[in-house]
Amino acid sequence: MSTSSVLYDHPGPRARIRNNVLSVVFGVGVVALLWWVYSKFDAAGQWEAVLWKPFTEPATWTQFILPGLWATLKAAAVGMVLSLVFGIVFAVGRLSDHWWIKVPAGAVVEFFRAVPLLLMIFFVFYGVPFLIQGPVSAFWAVVVGLTLYNGSVLAEAFRAGIRSVPGGQSEAAYAIGMRKSQVMQLILIPQAARAMLPIIVSQLVVLLKDTALGYIVAYPELLQRGVNDLAANKGNIVAAAMVAAAIYIVINSLLTALAGWLDRRSRTRGLRVPRQTRPAAAADSTPEGGATVSEPQG
Amino acid sequence: MHVFADPTNFDAYLSGFLWILKLTGASAVFALVIGVLLAAMRVSPVPVLRGFGAAWVNIFRNTPLTLVVFFCYFGLFSTLGLSLAEDLNLNNYWLGVIGLSVYTAAFVCEAVRSGVNTVPTGQAEAARALGLTFAQTLRIVVLPQATRSVVAPFGSILIALCKNATIVGTIGLMESSNVMKDLLNANGDAVIPIFLVFAGTFAALLIPTGYFFGWLANRLAVKR
Repeated sequence: MSTSSVLYDHPGPRARIRNNVLSVVFGVGVVALLWWVYSKFDAAGQWEAVLWKPFTEPATWTQFILPGLWATLKAAAVGMVLSLVFGIVFAVGRLSDHWWIKVPAGAVVEFFRAVPLLLMIFFVFYGVPFLIQGPVSAFWAVVVGLTLYNGSVLAEAFRAGIRSVPGGQSEAAYAIGMRKSQVMQLILIPQAARAMLPIIVSQLVVLLKDTALGYIVAYPELLQRGVNDLAANKGNIVAAAMVAAAIYIVINSLLTALAGWLDRRSRTRGLRVPRQTRPAAAADSTPEGGATVSEPQG
Repeated sequence: MHVFADPTNFDAYLSGFLWILKLTGASAVFALVIGVLLAAMRVSPVPVLRGFGAAWVNIFRNTPLTLVVFFCYFGLFSTLGLSLAEDLNLNNYWLGVIGLSVYTAAFVCEAVRSGVNTVPTGQAEAARALGLTFAQTLRIVVLPQATRSVVAPFGSILIALCKNATIVGTIGLMESSNVMKDLLNANGDAVIPIFLVFAGTFAALLIPTGYFFGWLANRLAVKR
């Protein structure tokens, strides 16, 4: 239902007055809060031109923000590709008919979904060098952590997607003599991937945001270069954080808009969108527990 | 296991997870309250409230939590001088709770809003036909039914919140991930056992939580 119109009647004269009063009162409240924050920042000298001037200088962008953004996007892109591969492999593994594939694949997915990303990044960055007797670059610590975590979440999304393909599809494929691997590759995965595309893209937004954890292991991404290092040079940490936040918001909004567009497109093309994509999923009792996880998790 | 036989290390391990649980508990309560209020705003008849809710969700859902927590520390504390406790750890704790709450509230809001969408149109129409106001419709008719369908998403949000609590380590709180980092650096001969203990504790906390919410969601589901 479209919530905007169903939950209340079309406002009459009294309701309009009440809504207007509420608008004004709440609007004044928000403006007052913003003004308070503004004046506090002002008192702390955060609006001084000297703090914001660096953002008009090309050197700030070419030396700090753009290289940081590039590193963020690079880690995100590599992480995306690897976690998609990881997700497909483990989703198929969990749906295998052989218990010796199904059980370990399930254990790996459940384990990595439950462990905080930061813990994995720390283990790869601080722990693995002791094991391999050599340094691990911050880039790979971030990418490996992102891959294991988001790959596991995507594996569950794929599994839900594969199971949402109508049973007749695989029955028909077996009937014309396809092997198990052919059914999976040619029939199930393509349909599941299209149906799960919006969820996959929203998980990629989570992945892109999580690259900011690279800051903690000194990977030179946007938060490290564009906020930390820039502020170390110019002393404008609050200004730099605001600019970085704006960049993240723009990029992620674009990705979210892409997810919404893909969702609408797959609906209008008459593709079957799996029920798990909606929060009502809980109402559909799934045969095995735990396959309803399809909300992007960050 | 000799690492954890040392009482100092064991205490650090325990207090690390205690911080995580405290962060999760306090943030969950605040995020739930703020999130439900935001969701009510987003479906309300007042355009300013709708705009405020939408802006909140778009800003915090698209900003990395690391940056939000970072800003709580450098913006609220260092610049605005917002000091929440005398004790340094406690101050960082409350700054972390603020960051986690405002961030998670955006996700709670979206979960509640899509839960409201699963309530059949007839329910709200019947409520309006009875003459209930918007607040009454939402409070008496729609939200109680929506609650049942948001149990599963709430479970995922709570689990994500507990894991995200480690990010408060960025601003110096000695929570579990920082403790693990120090133990790894001090005990190069036992990195795998250390990781397995910390990761295993999270898994032991969160995997049952996930199954519990799955079970609860099935049990509370509205049979339609």
